[in-house]
Amino acid sequence: MYVANKGLGKALALHIGVIAGFFILQFIVPPFHAAMLTRIMVLATYAIGYNILLGYTGLMSLGHAMFFATGLYAAGLSVIYYGLPPLEALPLAILLSAVMSATMGAITLRTSGVFFLIVTMIFSQVFFLTTLYFNMITGGEEGLVLTRYLKPISLGLFSVELTDSVVKYNFALIIFSIAFLFSLWLTRSPVGRVLIAIRENDERAEMLGYNIYKYKLLAFTMSGTISGMAGAAYALVFAYIGSALASILYSINPLLWTLLGGAGTTIGPIIGTGLMIYIIDFTSGITSSYLIVVGITLMLLVLAFPPGIVGAIKRRWIRWLP
Amino acid sequence: MVSGDRISRRKALKAISNVAAAGAIVGAGVVGAIGGFMAGSTTGGAQQTVTETRTREVTKTVTATKTVTAGAPTGGNPIKIGFEVHRTGIGAVYGKWYERTTVAAVNLINEMGGIDGRPIELVIEDDGTDPQRGAQVVEKFALEHKVDFILGALFSNVVLAAAPRAGELKIPYFAVSEGYHVPSGKLNRYSFQPGITDVRSQTQAVAGWIVENLGKKITMVFPDYAFGYDHRDWFGKAARDLGGEILELIPIPPTETTFTKYFPKVPADTEVLYHVMVGPAVLTFVKEMGEFFGSKRPEIFGFIDSLEGVAIDSPGLEFLEGTYFWEAFPRYLDGYDTPYHRFFREKVGVDENGADVNDPKSVATYSHMFSCWETLFIIKETVEQSGYTRRSPEDYRAFIETLENFRWFNEGNQHPQGAKLFNGRLHQGFGQQFISRVENGRLKTVYRTKIEDSVYESDVDYTKQPL
Repeated sequence: MYVANKGLGKALALHIGVIAGFFILQFIVPPFHAAMLTRIMVLATYAIGYNILLGYTGLMSLGHAMFFATGLYAAGLSVIYYGLPPLEALPLAILLSAVMSATMGAITLRTSGVFFLIVTMIFSQVFFLTTLYFNMITGGEEGLVLTRYLKPISLGLFSVELTDSVVKYNFALIIFSIAFLFSLWLTRSPVGRVLIAIRENDERAEMLGYNIYKYKLLAFTMSGTISGMAGAAYALVFAYIGSALASILYSINPLLWTLLGGAGTTIGPIIGTGLMIYIIDFTSGITSSYLIVVGITLMLLVLAFPPGIVGAIKRRWIRWLP
Repeated sequence: MVSGDRISRRKALKAISNVAAAGAIVGAGVVGAIGGFMAGSTTGGAQQTVTETRTREVTKTVTATKTVTAGAPTGGNPIKIGFEVHRTGIGAVYGKWYERTTVAAVNLINEMGGIDGRPIELVIEDDGTDPQRGAQVVEKFALEHKVDFILGALFSNVVLAAAPRAGELKIPYFAVSEGYHVPSGKLNRYSFQPGITDVRSQTQAVAGWIVENLGKKITMVFPDYAFGYDHRDWFGKAARDLGGEILELIPIPPTETTFTKYFPKVPADTEVLYHVMVGPAVLTFVKEMGEFFGSKRPEIFGFIDSLEGVAIDSPGLEFLEGTYFWEAFPRYLDGYDTPYHRFFREKVGVDENGADVNDPKSVATYSHMFSCWETLFIIKETVEQSGYTRRSPEDYRAFIETLENFRWFNEGNQHPQGAKLFNGRLHQGFGQQFISRVENGRLKTVYRTKIEDSVYESDVDYTKQPL
């Protein structure tokens, strides 16, 4: 128990501090940056979900857009076609994402290594093409707008609208906080430690008596569910669903965000997501060749910090970082 | 000053509640449009200077986000227009020409005295043809750059992701697409598409000519996603209403790279093959279509969207000889040779064959890019008629209500593609269309539709939405 609780106070303080920081920032930063932070919190939630699989279990997937999009479409379509209020669409989307990721995990985890990478990518592409094929329902690549279907969120005595920027920000903050604290809990839980053991040496973990397939499936399901929760939040906050958000680009993005920030750290995905979004936004204002600048910047960062920014900080200076 | 009789914002607001006065606003708009043409067409001595300014600005905007055009009037604070452009991503071919057209129009407006005496400051942001980034760019325009209006985008998915955000932030957003998104009622009171017709009206406008001249038995080949479905639904309906018969519908998945297996599905008694393939596979599509049909082919009618930015005489496109295309604006000048059209080409830097004046191999996306030009002049006209002065709910109300009361935008230097009939309830413009035949490796216009051919009835009414 001593080992499990070592550094818990600091880690908890850090995580609560990050959440409090995001909460306070909405009163300090100009409106544009508040909007950027809203976007970053939603997408960082996606990266947190991805990090559970890559960073803590050592499984690299190229198919997570499928889970992000499951949440996105489940929330969006239930709002549009069944008139569900946001707070009912969200748990439904989370549930469907859990079912989807458990099913996909059960199939794809029969492979490993590069085969796992390819199989997850193939299933994700099938999902992407399915959203195109059923475009009479999904809106296909053109997508669907949720704005006029979004009902107010009732909070007892009063209700709030998701079209309001302040509501968007705090809704995103709540979603992000749930995922962020869950990842902290997971990394310090017995299950999380087994996952790390699998990441470090799965054969040894198996020899110790752990059923690594079950643990991987659990990690895969948790990862996909959080990704789906992020997708649902995206649909509800930004009022748009479309096939582009199920494309392979949205499988690559969380990989890049996680690697840049530091896979296997709870804060890394947030730093990576925020940094990438701000680098793209900043450089696109300077040059039309901004993707080259972004690419070079990424290469330099990876060379300087091979384990990612937070990963490097953890190795060199703050070893208690979860 | 371009506008003829200008009405202040307060007068405009008062007039909107009064039918007779609203008519005066529309009348003033027409006068303004005509006056604008007259002003533009009599600046011959200044044209050389304007052209040089444009060239310089094109270079400048490549490396800078903000652009205050040279030669702009010095009086008054600039009117800031955010331009959401597809510089990268799948829409980059269009984006290059959209940007060039927009910069040319902004320079011209500034040379003419700006908008209500105020220069336009164009703020350009690349959306990467990505819906997620598109919505982010709208936020940046509204909250950081604090622009007055937003121009863009082209690709429907970006428009559908971006326009709702503009509505939430209560800033007018002008789509320069051709998608059936604004008039379908999917968007909001702040979204407009006055500068280009939508796909529903395009297909409806050409259906009659096709049925009358090419044949009644039609087979449709279209991409198996929303854009193709718009063609399938709206062209199919229009053709059937006019006595045509759709023999077969052949959807093709967007990932398809070879098309040979689809051509046997074309019924033998097909008189017209209607195709609307887009994307990089279009060259393969044409080549394989030629190999399958040979000389015994039905009449073939396509949409130029497939070949925007592509030279018609490119190797592999020989089979298109003798086939027909819809064009919104003829790529070759002789397809619609008017002084306004010549003026537009000169200012944008497009030669008589629809290519860059400095690089004949760089073919323009000519059937779409005029929408940026015309939309900017509509913004100018509406600002001047409404008395809009600053970003405020009152001024935006005046601007939107004034625009909703416009009925016509006359043909002229501001509207070189032709007059536009504007439906304020739908927030959508309607205009003439062109049908061209491929002859000797170039497009020869054979028919021009009437504006009323493109008009359709709809229950959508954005004016009922609150501001």
